[in-house]
Amino acid sequence: MLIARLKAGGPTLAKQGILVAFILFMIVFSFMSDRFMTTGNVMSVFRQATIVGVMALGVTIVVIGGNLDLSVGSMLSFATVLVVDLHDKIGPELAVPVMVLATLCLGAVNGFLIGILRLNSLIVTLGMLSVIQGLVLIYSGGQNVDIANQSETWFRVFGRGAVMGIATPIILFVGLALFFHILMTTTAFGRRVHAVGGNPVASVFSGIPRSRIVFLTYLISALCVAVAAMILGSRVMGSQNNVGQGYELQVLAAVILGGTSLLGGSGSILRTVLGVLMLAFIQNGLILMGQPYYTQWLVTWAVIIIAVWLDVAAKRGRLLSPIA
Amino acid sequence: MTMPHTPALQLQGIVKTFPGVRALDGVDFDVRPGEVHALLGENGAGKSTLMKVLAGMYQPNEGRILIGGKTVAIRNPIEAKAQGVVLIHQELSLVPEMSAAENIYLGELPRKSLGRVDWKTLFAKSNAILERLKCRFRAEVTVANLSIANQQMVEIARALTVDARVVVFDEPTASLTDAEKVVLFDIITDLKAQGVGIVYISHRMDEIFTLSDRITVLRDGQYRGTLDTAATNEDEVTRLMIGRSLDLTRHEAPPEFGKTMLEVRNLSCAPLFRDISFSVRAGEVVGFYGLVGAGRTEIAETLFGLRSPSAGEILVDGQPVQITNPRAAIALGISLVPENRKEQGLVLHMNCRDNMTLPQVQDLTSGPFISNGAEIAIFDQYRDRLAIKTPSWKQSASVLSGGNQQKIVIGKWLSMQPRVLIVDEPTRGIDVGSKSEIHTLLRELAAQGYAVIVISSEMPEVLRVSDRIVAMYNGRIMREFDISEVTEDNLVQAISGIKAEEVA
Repeated sequence: MLIARLKAGGPTLAKQGILVAFILFMIVFSFMSDRFMTTGNVMSVFRQATIVGVMALGVTIVVIGGNLDLSVGSMLSFATVLVVDLHDKIGPELAVPVMVLATLCLGAVNGFLIGILRLNSLIVTLGMLSVIQGLVLIYSGGQNVDIANQSETWFRVFGRGAVMGIATPIILFVGLALFFHILMTTTAFGRRVHAVGGNPVASVFSGIPRSRIVFLTYLISALCVAVAAMILGSRVMGSQNNVGQGYELQVLAAVILGGTSLLGGSGSILRTVLGVLMLAFIQNGLILMGQPYYTQWLVTWAVIIIAVWLDVAAKRGRLLSPIA
Repeated sequence: MTMPHTPALQLQGIVKTFPGVRALDGVDFDVRPGEVHALLGENGAGKSTLMKVLAGMYQPNEGRILIGGKTVAIRNPIEAKAQGVVLIHQELSLVPEMSAAENIYLGELPRKSLGRVDWKTLFAKSNAILERLKCRFRAEVTVANLSIANQQMVEIARALTVDARVVVFDEPTASLTDAEKVVLFDIITDLKAQGVGIVYISHRMDEIFTLSDRITVLRDGQYRGTLDTAATNEDEVTRLMIGRSLDLTRHEAPPEFGKTMLEVRNLSCAPLFRDISFSVRAGEVVGFYGLVGAGRTEIAETLFGLRSPSAGEILVDGQPVQITNPRAAIALGISLVPENRKEQGLVLHMNCRDNMTLPQVQDLTSGPFISNGAEIAIFDQYRDRLAIKTPSWKQSASVLSGGNQQKIVIGKWLSMQPRVLIVDEPTRGIDVGSKSEIHTLLRELAAQGYAVIVISSEMPEVLRVSDRIVAMYNGRIMREFDISEVTEDNLVQAISGIKAEEVA
């Protein structure tokens, strides 16, 4: 009986593998460095993780819908440069909505090409990664931008503010994560995204407006980028042209680490949050242990590949298999 | 122990469990050299699982496998083949872009130095096998250019690259024409004469009684018995399979129907079908009978808004309508249970309930959230009404048997309260017992006032469920029959286009 229950619980345990690995990492790091487990360090890692984190929420939804979004990195550059540059020109109360709208337009382009025209999402968003980076350089003329009066503006609240002792970025990230979690698990929209990602043909045969659903997932992804840009622009109070470069891979890493299937149809917002935190704490732990920053990439992707392997192994019930 | 009495293969007390399911429960099975042993059972009875255990794709929890009297462990299909056990799959598993020869020797291509493929040997050996199978194509041809039947021959040729002791045929005739079947049966007889043990899995009784020497029946993962084919009959086998006799009568038309629910006038969708006119009344089942490719599915897809007609009119309830997408069709009360339930009917990894409520999930909300209660209520209602066997609504649709999967799809569309229900190949790949249940269900639905269109390639099926039969050939309606006037002969003539050629 006990064995039967353990066997039945096997896949569930494997599903929690990321959680187990996360806790193990935390324990190991807290023994290796006495600064690691301090409130100050934990909160600061958490705060830094929010930019990758917020974007990973949107990308999780895109991936559950059966597509990819590699354009979020350069979209972040675009949005941050835009909001910082417009801040002094038209004031923050206009700069923020203009930036959000412009970013949503980029998301709509992705959504149109992938959702409506049904082009391959890898090709489209890889292309958009370059196109948007080009747009940023044209817009800024290659100049980096910054905000002149950094201490006076209310715009500082997104990146530097705090409510009741908790940093605003953390509140934004946690709030959005909860919101999207509820959206994906309890609403008809969430169900339809899962269906479209799980079997697009059967979805169409069930009367689901597949094009519209995919389009919306890219709008959500762009909205998340806009929020991330508010946090980033407000924290730095300036922006380089390529500030978002490389973020797409970190975001994708967090999504994969969270166990969202790249084949579409299954995934979880809350587990993406775990993936984000795990990535952030691995990187922070390595730095505290005195490792050069580039080792983090080695370790991060080693962890991801092992995680994917264990996940696949749990599904087929053995570590190596000639089939499937 | 003398040789002829040693079975080529023996399975003893095989148990295989999956979470929540005991798929095989102590199954015994053996094949003697030079016999055809048919394996029968409803879908979900465990035939495929048993064969996957045999081919090394699954490891049994208990039980032994003996080959030539010796216990062996089969860890994967390569080991199975090395032991002389070859499985010919129900679904073709060929690489379409490669030549027939490469497919035949896939994984064991003859090599020259430096790992280069020895094409000369490869083609020579492959052609020799194809000749033995009396195939009329060369091994150099690309598989994608072969007909389904010839692709199946390539699949069979694959089995003959080794000294096969046991060859398993899993539903080999599902996509073959009658002429092609004859060739296949010759091959099986040939193999048999060479002393190979054959396991033959099929739902078709006539084939089993023509071919087999013995019949083993499984039900619900359990061994029900082995019969000598010569000493039994269809009725006894059916009773072993489903625990009761099968009803094969023709439907007798009730005296009257309701008003016309759907009418189609001169509908065309070039080049798939032309000039299609018919109507369906409430309480009536209209069967569309024809060969694969006659345009029946395409008509259904047009009525469901998946294709745009190039000409003609569709009237629902007497009103002309434009159906531009499936949502429009659903809004008009038209539902389609599609031909391919795994690809078009279900999101396989979704649970049963979510699959069932998928077309209406946006309407089952309280506030912004899906109402769990409303969803479960719908699921429970149709699970009971259709007798769907699943331990819980949380079960992923992928693990259900074909019959239960089909019932989920039918339940999905019944819960939309359609006026016109189109069912495309409702029992394809479904076992005899569920088949008859689905036929009864379709008649019940008509009796409740639905207008039902059934597309089928099986004559017993159209005869059993239809009030009227529309016979199609090559995109056109050849003839419409009332069930009381139809005979098997004139139905076959109509769908083979014989009349058309006489006219032309």
